[in-house]
Amino acid sequence: MARTDKTYDAIIVGGGHNGLVNGAYLAKAGLKVLIVERRHLVGGAAITEELRPGFQFTSFSYALSLLRPDIVQELELVKHGFLPILMPSSFAPMENGDYLLLGQDRDENIKEITRHSSHDADAMDRYEYDVERVCQVVKPLLDKVPPNIFGKSPQDLAETADLVKHLSGVDQKVLHDLVRLITGSAADFLDDYFESDILKGYIASSGIIGTKVGPMSQGSGLVLLYHSLGEHDGHFGAWSFHKGGNGGFTQVLARAAQAYGAEIMLNAPVASVITKNGAAVGVALEDGTELTATTVVSALDPRRTFTQLVEPRELPSDLVENINRLRFQGTSAKVNFALDAAPRYPALGDRTDQYYGFVNIGPTMEYLERAFDDAKYGWYSKRPYIDCAIQSFVDPDMAPPGKHVMSCFVQYAPYHLKGSDWDAERDRFADTVQATLESFFPGFGDLVLQREVQTPLDIERTVGLTEGNIFAGEFFAPQMYFFRPAPGWSQYRTPIEGYYQCGSGTHPGGCVMGAPGKLASQQILRDLETRASGRD
Amino acid sequence: MIKTTPFHERLDQLNTTQRWGHWSGYLSALKYQMSPKHEYFAIRNSAGFFDTSPLYKFRITGRDSERLLAGVMTRDIRTCRPGRAQYTVWCDDRGFVLEDGVLFRHSATDFLLTAAEPNLGYFSDLIGHLDVTIEDVTDEFGMLAVQGPRSREILAKVAPGVEALAYFEHADTKIGNAAVTVSRTGYTGDLGYEVRVPRDDAIDVLDAVIEAGQGHGLRPFGEEALLMSRIEAGLVLINVEFSSSRFAYTDHDRITPKELGFGWMLKSIDDETRPFIGRQALRRELAEQTSRWATVGLVLDWADYDRVYNEAGLVPPKDETPLDYESMLYDDAGERVGYATSLMYSPVLQQHIAMARVRPDLAASGTRVNLELTINHHYETVAAAVTKLPFFNPPRKTA
Repeated sequence: MARTDKTYDAIIVGGGHNGLVNGAYLAKAGLKVLIVERRHLVGGAAITEELRPGFQFTSFSYALSLLRPDIVQELELVKHGFLPILMPSSFAPMENGDYLLLGQDRDENIKEITRHSSHDADAMDRYEYDVERVCQVVKPLLDKVPPNIFGKSPQDLAETADLVKHLSGVDQKVLHDLVRLITGSAADFLDDYFESDILKGYIASSGIIGTKVGPMSQGSGLVLLYHSLGEHDGHFGAWSFHKGGNGGFTQVLARAAQAYGAEIMLNAPVASVITKNGAAVGVALEDGTELTATTVVSALDPRRTFTQLVEPRELPSDLVENINRLRFQGTSAKVNFALDAAPRYPALGDRTDQYYGFVNIGPTMEYLERAFDDAKYGWYSKRPYIDCAIQSFVDPDMAPPGKHVMSCFVQYAPYHLKGSDWDAERDRFADTVQATLESFFPGFGDLVLQREVQTPLDIERTVGLTEGNIFAGEFFAPQMYFFRPAPGWSQYRTPIEGYYQCGSGTHPGGCVMGAPGKLASQQILRDLETRASGRD
Repeated sequence: MIKTTPFHERLDQLNTTQRWGHWSGYLSALKYQMSPKHEYFAIRNSAGFFDTSPLYKFRITGRDSERLLAGVMTRDIRTCRPGRAQYTVWCDDRGFVLEDGVLFRHSATDFLLTAAEPNLGYFSDLIGHLDVTIEDVTDEFGMLAVQGPRSREILAKVAPGVEALAYFEHADTKIGNAAVTVSRTGYTGDLGYEVRVPRDDAIDVLDAVIEAGQGHGLRPFGEEALLMSRIEAGLVLINVEFSSSRFAYTDHDRITPKELGFGWMLKSIDDETRPFIGRQALRRELAEQTSRWATVGLVLDWADYDRVYNEAGLVPPKDETPLDYESMLYDDAGERVGYATSLMYSPVLQQHIAMARVRPDLAASGTRVNLELTINHHYETVAAAVTKLPFFNPPRKTA
């Protein structure tokens, strides 16, 4: 069964978006690249599948914002069909039947906010300006390999000095805001600007996505900051919906990678990375096939990269210890619907333009925090936070005419349930989500043609993300930047020569940024050059 | 008193912004919802409709109408068979462009010209002894552009025969009880159609189209979205890319078809059987290679653009709203080599694009020029590469 006739310069384990980005860059640089994917399709957690004839489900990841713009250009993605469609509004229903509907026009937004609080009408401008200033500081760090602050080589010292120089040039208030966001809670930060519950609930929702924190927990500020860093079409914090869903996007990436010459092998689960004398020499598939390469890149999460694809005993014990204590604690789920018609929001009558963007079920910070309370003690939220996107409104190709697909991202759904498990709770959980939606959109249940439930356990089983954590390692200050995924190993290398990591568990993290895949490719190409010149 | 188009009653209900512009004396929606970019995406991803009724429409009939038009228009109308349309310009006798328009040929002796400006007097003065009648029929019709990848599917539901129309073909058909002319034309550079309908039937036809578009993402779009798509499509606009030679004070404001990117209209200029206004001057321009400019596309270097703004401490703006003022172009030595006429960030292309005029020796694709921007009250330049127009040209447009 073993086949060793296939030799590559680089094999990438995992065809998620970072694996595809990494493979595309390496192929573009002239390497013979193979991307091996366990499933029948590439995309990892960014896939779209027709689960019902004519209905395209974005089972997991469902929108784009943080994708680095340089990747779009450098990989010529437009040529391969990249088409991010604007989501022109955000709709936040309230428990009393009222709502907050924000759009693209500043004056109208001010009017809408004033309906809820005159005080907050000018707060929005100040908040957005202040966060944008912080984003300006952080943005360059997203596009660079983090410095090894523990290293003593001239290059390490120079890169650390560059970081210090970058930060020392930052305005005092901006730097203070940055630290407040990184270390503090979304609630504390937002309380400084706003008084309106709906506005605070709406904005604070971005501070809990994918993370086991409530808006009042320290650490939610960091998540809030991350979700403001996207610069889709040059607008910080703007989100879009890719043509055909995020699966449409990863298909674009696959076409780009293939156009540069990368091969993609589907239905090919990797059992392990083959090492020889402390260096990676290829991969062994579960069916026994062996594939040879001098560079092997893991696009999987750090737990799998360091403890499953290779033997932990081959690694330094401090790294293994750090990887084992890395916090994943997935806490998000998806419940996706095929709908017979658009939901109806009573206060807006037959209007549907409120559904052109996200629909945010998180009416107050207290609502979000109480939803978190359930998770703290090991259960899913009785009244969950739900981020809905009815993508068929912006892209009619997602559902048959008049019908809709509705993606619902749900929190909190902790991976570990106390006294039960997800296989037992899956349907009851989805019922809870549906009942919550019913309370905001009366008659919702009657519209449901089909329901897809993805609990954290399902995410882990299907996509391979440990504990179903959508960021491949929680966004949590001690797990970011030069600590991601572990101190000393943030530069995409591993202790095994020729074995690299490029998944969202590395800097700068998840959110379909693509940056880990790109930055890892740069590191790999630099190392190959060094190795080549060393041989000369 | 500003006039309204035959579709206005319904469009007024649809226009939630109530932002109207004045176009040729008619109210014309700038946008229907607060996000023109959203309307733009309807054109590029589903379908949108636009009220283009204010365009001037002239019916040209009579035994000698082909002879008149062949002698006035820069393109040869004799090659246009009934059921087809031609986009053309017409020039003065110095070979400078007066205007542009689309000429629909209905029969050997029956034409309809759409144009941005009033022209009845100009054309009438050229009739002389010929058997030609020209009427301004602008107010007799409503004209509805239905554009975007789903436009064919939507219109085919209500207008039999639409599927068979090739690019720049038109046909008489019916929508409901209304006799309409549907042409496969438009100003968006996408798959699209224009429906010409007698004014009294306009609302019925619009309602039928809206009904057919249910569930297909059909949305009304206003001038703002139209102007984004026309730049991506590389389509020139009077008083932006060119001015009528008749009203220019200096030759700097005049342009020849060749300079405007319409060299392809001059293919049969040596055909002695067709003298037309400006022919001698245009032949001279071609023979002596005296064109002053070439009209090209520019794609701004995204990395350079971001760098210039980032270094200035600013967030690089990526605004899809076209800037219709001129931005100067320089070579690396700092010599001025041209100017951009329309600059925008293209959401579909994810790049800043500009229609521009450069010295003819710099017109080859890939030539690098530097575009001037004002940043922090200083002039800065950003690298740009010359490219062919149109920027965006999906196969579905002509397929």
